[in-house]
Amino acid sequence: MTGTFLDTNELVLNMGPQHPSTHGVLRVVLKLDGERVLSSDCVIGYLHRGVEKIAEHRTYAMFAPYVDRMDYLSAVSNGLGYCLAVEKLLNVEAPPRAQAVRVILVELNRIASHLFWLGTHALDIGAMAPLFFTLREREEVLKIFENYCGARITTHAFRIGGLYYELYEGFEAEISAFCEMFQGRLDEYEKLLTENRIWVNRLKGVGILTAEQCKDLGVTGPMLRASGVKWDLRKAQPYSGYEQYDFDIPTRETGDTYDRYLVRLEEMRQSVRIIQQAVKKIPAGPAMAKVPKVIKPPAGEVYVSIEAPKGELGYFIVSDGTIHPYRIHVRPPSFVNLQALSIMAKGALVADVVAIIGTIDIVLGEVDR
Amino acid sequence: MKLLKKLLFGDLFDGMKITFRSQAPKHIYTEQYPSEHPKVSERFRGAPRLNINPENGETLCISCDLCAIVCPENLIKVTSVRNPATRRKDLTQFTYDLSRCMFCGLCEDACPVDALELTQDFELASYSRHGLIWDRQMLEEGPHPQRYK
Repeated sequence: MTGTFLDTNELVLNMGPQHPSTHGVLRVVLKLDGERVLSSDCVIGYLHRGVEKIAEHRTYAMFAPYVDRMDYLSAVSNGLGYCLAVEKLLNVEAPPRAQAVRVILVELNRIASHLFWLGTHALDIGAMAPLFFTLREREEVLKIFENYCGARITTHAFRIGGLYYELYEGFEAEISAFCEMFQGRLDEYEKLLTENRIWVNRLKGVGILTAEQCKDLGVTGPMLRASGVKWDLRKAQPYSGYEQYDFDIPTRETGDTYDRYLVRLEEMRQSVRIIQQAVKKIPAGPAMAKVPKVIKPPAGEVYVSIEAPKGELGYFIVSDGTIHPYRIHVRPPSFVNLQALSIMAKGALVADVVAIIGTIDIVLGEVDR
Repeated sequence: MKLLKKLLFGDLFDGMKITFRSQAPKHIYTEQYPSEHPKVSERFRGAPRLNINPENGETLCISCDLCAIVCPENLIKVTSVRNPATRRKDLTQFTYDLSRCMFCGLCEDACPVDALELTQDFELASYSRHGLIWDRQMLEEGPHPQRYK
């Protein structure tokens, strides 16, 4: 090395795996020039449990509780994706009553997931109060899940072919009351954050991702919509009766961290809209389609994807005609979205990397599986 | 107006107002857990219980082994002997390894006679790993958590 003592050297810094703002056990190897990030590498796998391998030794019904444990913040969405995939393999469709209840619970889960994201993201940036408010509202959603299926986080709410649990008394009233209350609370979050000068200064222009880059990387979900691409699987290829409901796809133009915050807030509003429509007309009838006791789908393969809170969640199942799946591959939204980190973090400050990791909304259980 | 609001830190005060408003005692949501026992919902999936017939104290379990077959973690062991008089299976041992249980509720769904049930008890801590392997007697009686005042 030549030069004077004033020259700076490249510094390699490990961020994580035990760093509070990496939301789990993500390790990012940062190459720094002073405060600027030259390059960043993600090291993942600290939470790898081999879920896809476990599936090969379980029957179709047995594997359903495991999918809840991938994206544990939106377990209901995971369960829906898996159930839809196996139903397609079996060539059955859940009855309308089951579909309506599934939509309600999945949208509630979207709200819960976004609330947890908002709270922790704000905490990373330095705003402590929103975390307590968002977790308070999330608790209401978890209470509904607990009343419905008996578990709060890893719910195992749906079964292949429909619903196992009947609605409890006061289900509709509880959900309507939550929707009423929640809209006011969303305005409170906006008051706390949207115009707050620290929040705006920390987020505006940080971690910009253009629509082209998003498409190249396969980024989906709120991150894609914040870059101006109007793409939502609930509209593009409706599943579980989403075509009956009236809702908008919120988009923004710039694709920075602030836009992603606004998109997610607006998505929660749209979710409330969907829930309010769905809860008014839950059709009567059976909640379970005719599914054989021992699920033994014909040989073949199927790919089904749904719009999970974090993006496109896909299940690819290969069946060889036995009671065990031959192979299950999961396309998790967090894993694909995490690729964008090194592009967004290039040239940013170290403190901004925290904001950028937060804005991707990753769950390491899903990244590593 | 907007400039004035910015100069007077209006955006920050708006947020402060919400923060201070929620400090009123009626907005406190914290559960005082050990002193106040939380009420979990009716369908809560907690500690397993092997139901007995309240009239004659006999177990409801018919040793059909369905719960053991359906369990994803393979943690239930049921043993039985064939009773030559009634031609039925009599339950001898029933072990349930709670340390591996993920409370998915599949065993409860599979039980044809409502013998195995996941109850509302959630205090399951044990001092040893062996203490989490529940035998038939423990499953029938349920856990006895120590209550601290």
